[in-house]
Amino acid sequence: MSDKNPLSTPLSLHVPEPSSRPGDKPNFSHITVPDAGNVRRPAVDSNPADMRDLAFDMVRVLDDNGQAVGDWDPKLADDVLIKGLTVMLKTRIFDERLFMSQRQGKTSIYVQCRGEEAIACAQRMALSKGDMCFPTYRQQGLLIAQDFPMVDMINQIYSNSKDKLGGRSLPFFYSERDYGFFSISGNLGTQFMQAVGWAMASAIKGDNKVASAWIGDGSTAESDFHSGLVFASTYKPPAVLNVVNNQWAISTFQGIASGEAANFACRGHGFNIPSLRVDGNDFLAVYAASQWAIERARKNLGATLIEWVTYRAAAHTTSDDPTKYRPADEAEHWPLGDPIERLKQHLIVKGVWDEDKHQALTKQLKAEVKAAAKEAESYGTLGKGDLPAVSEMFNHVYKEMPAHLRKQRQEAGV
Amino acid sequence: MPSKNMIEAIRDALDVKMAQDENVVVFGEDVGYFGGVFRATEGLQEKYGKQRCFDAPISELGIIGAAVGMGAYGLRPVPEIQFADYILPAYDQIASEAARLRYRSGGEFFAPITIRTPTGGGIYGGQTHSQSPEALFTHVAGLKVVIPSNPYDAKGLLIASIEDDDPVVFFEPKRLYNGPFDGHHDRPVTPWGEQPLAEVPEGHYTVELGKAAVARAGNDVTILTYGTMVHVAICAAQETGIDAEVIDLRTLLPLDEETIIASVKKTGRCVVVNEATKTSGFTSELTTVVQENCFYNLEAPIIRVTGWDTPYPHAQEWDYFPGPGRVGEALVKVMEG
Repeated sequence: MSDKNPLSTPLSLHVPEPSSRPGDKPNFSHITVPDAGNVRRPAVDSNPADMRDLAFDMVRVLDDNGQAVGDWDPKLADDVLIKGLTVMLKTRIFDERLFMSQRQGKTSIYVQCRGEEAIACAQRMALSKGDMCFPTYRQQGLLIAQDFPMVDMINQIYSNSKDKLGGRSLPFFYSERDYGFFSISGNLGTQFMQAVGWAMASAIKGDNKVASAWIGDGSTAESDFHSGLVFASTYKPPAVLNVVNNQWAISTFQGIASGEAANFACRGHGFNIPSLRVDGNDFLAVYAASQWAIERARKNLGATLIEWVTYRAAAHTTSDDPTKYRPADEAEHWPLGDPIERLKQHLIVKGVWDEDKHQALTKQLKAEVKAAAKEAESYGTLGKGDLPAVSEMFNHVYKEMPAHLRKQRQEAGV
Repeated sequence: MPSKNMIEAIRDALDVKMAQDENVVVFGEDVGYFGGVFRATEGLQEKYGKQRCFDAPISELGIIGAAVGMGAYGLRPVPEIQFADYILPAYDQIASEAARLRYRSGGEFFAPITIRTPTGGGIYGGQTHSQSPEALFTHVAGLKVVIPSNPYDAKGLLIASIEDDDPVVFFEPKRLYNGPFDGHHDRPVTPWGEQPLAEVPEGHYTVELGKAAVARAGNDVTILTYGTMVHVAICAAQETGIDAEVIDLRTLLPLDEETIIASVKKTGRCVVVNEATKTSGFTSELTTVVQENCFYNLEAPIIRVTGWDTPYPHAQEWDYFPGPGRVGEALVKVMEG
C-alpha cells in the first residue's frame, strides 16, 4: 500500500498577511464602515444571545458631517464634550513632547497613543471614582482625563529624583491607585485576568465598583485573555473588557492574532458575554458604549466585551520604525479618521467651538505640557541630574526587608 | 490538645482565618462543594458560603491572575493549585506579577496571596503528580516559599502565610498528609496521632516565616532539609547511629541562614537533602550558603542527596525518592571525610 493518499494534495500553512506592505497603496477594504447611527442600542439587561449582531456591526455616533446620530448618542452636555476634546488634545500634545524628550535622550523609551486617544479618555470620563482600570501601556489618557498632574507622569518618565516609583519601573508604567490606574506590567495580557479577579472581589464584598480591563489585539492571543473571558463568563463580575484593536502589534498585523478570521468582539459569544464592536475613533461612541457596559456591570449583570476599532497612528514605541512593515502613509488612509478632529468638527457643527478657540486651547495646552516638562527636567532626567537613590532598588521587594536583602544592600554600600 | 493529621491541620488553619477575617477567600479546582481532592477545604463552603469558598475553572493562570486582582482589591485570597505539577501554567502570574507587583508599584499595590499546592512524590503519582518545583520559586525575588513537615507547623505556617502581606507559595508534601514517613516504601505510614507534632492547638497561632527548626539535635553532622525529607533524614540518623542534627528549613525563601550556619559551625559537616532533581535545585543554594559561611569549619566536603535528574518515574518511584538508605550512605561518607 502506498504511503501517500492519492487524493491528497500537498498541504501548506496559512500565514495571514496584511492588505498592504511598504511601497503598496494603503488598503483598508477589509474594514467596512457602516453609516453612523444605524446600530440599535439594546437595553442593558438584554440577553447576550439577543444582541449577537452587535459584535459584527460597528457602533458609530458621529457621522461624516460631524452630527451625532442614532440611539447610541449619549447626548452629553457641551462642557463634557469640550472636556473630552481638551483631554484628548492634551494627551496628544503630551505624547508629542515626551516623544521629543526621548529623542533628546531624557528617557530611554516612550510610547504614544496617537489616534487612540478617545478610547481611554472617553471611558475614564464614563467611569466613576473608585473604579479600577487595568491598562496596557497606551492608555495614558486614563490619567490625563482625570487631570492627573503631568509633572508626576514626567518625573517617572525621566526616572528623576521625584519619580514616585524610585526609578524601579519603566518610564510610562504608571501606578496610581487613587486615580483608579493599576500598575502596568510589561508581560502582555496579564492585567486582563487580574482585572476580572479585582471585579470578582468587588462582587464578593458586595461593593459597587467596576474593573475595566484593557488588552491589545495582538495580546488577545495570550492565555490571560481567554482565562479572563472564562472567569468573567462563570462568575459574572462587574468588568468592562476592552480590546483595543489598533491593527498592529509592533510589526505584526491583527490577522496573526486571528483578527482576520473572526473579529475580536465576537469572541465573547462563546462565553455568552454581550459583545460590542465600536468605532474607537468616535469619542461619543466610546463614551456611550462604555456607559452601557458600566451600567450593566453596576447592575450586577456581568461583564461586557468591547472591541474598539482604531488605528495606531504612531510607531509602537520610540524603538520602532513602522515604515519597515506598513505603507508610510497608511495612517492617512485610516477610514475612521482622527478622534480629535472628529470631536472638534462635531463641536463646531454644534456651534460651541471654532478654529480660534481650538488654536487658543492648543496653545494653552502646549504651554501647560511644556511647563510640566521643564519642571520635571529640573528634578533630573534619565542618567543626568538628580536620580532616585540607589538604595531604592532594594525597597518594596517585600513589605519588610528580609535579612538576606539587608545584607546585599550593605554589600552594595547603599 | 487535639491530634490532627496534616490535612486536618491545614483545614483548621483555613477555618481559623476564614472565621477571623472575612477578606480571606478560598478557591481553586474542586475546592468548593467537594472540598478538594485531598479534602483540605472540606466543609468550608458549607460554613462560609459560596462567596468565600468556590470552585474555579481548570485554568491555573486564571486562578492566580484572579487572586492577584483580588489581592490588589484588598482580599486575602488562598487559591489552591491541585498539584504542584500544574503550577507552571500560572508561573507568569506568580513570578512576573504577584512577586513584582509591590516592587513595580512602589508598594501601592501588592498581592497578599497564599498559593497552596500539594508537592512531592511517594504516592505513585508519576511524572504529573509528584514533582517538587520549589526551586523555580525560590529564584524569584518578591516571593516567599514555605514547606511544612508536620501538622503543627502546617497550621502555624499557613496562618502566618495568610496574614503575610507578600505572596507565598505554600507547598504541602502530600506524602505527609496522612502521617510521617521514614522513606521505606515497604513500611506503613505512621499515623500522625502518635507524633508529638501532630498536637495542634485549637484556634489561632502562628509559626514565624523565615525561621528554621531543629527537628533532631545532634553534634556530628548537619542535615539541611525540608518537607518529607525531614522524616527520611531522621530515620537515616537513627539507622546509621550517626549523631546528626536535622534542620527543618520550613521556609526556603527567605532562608534562615543564621540557624544553618550555627548548626554547621557546630558539627563541621553537612549533608543537604531534597527529593527534587539535583541540577540547579535548592540543595545547590544550601550548599553555597554553607560554603560561603562555613568553609573553614568544614571537616569534609558537603554532600547532596536528591532525586535524580529525570522526570519523576511511575513504577520506579521508590528508586527515585531519596530514602534513608541513600541519606545514610551520605552520612557515613561525610563522617569518613
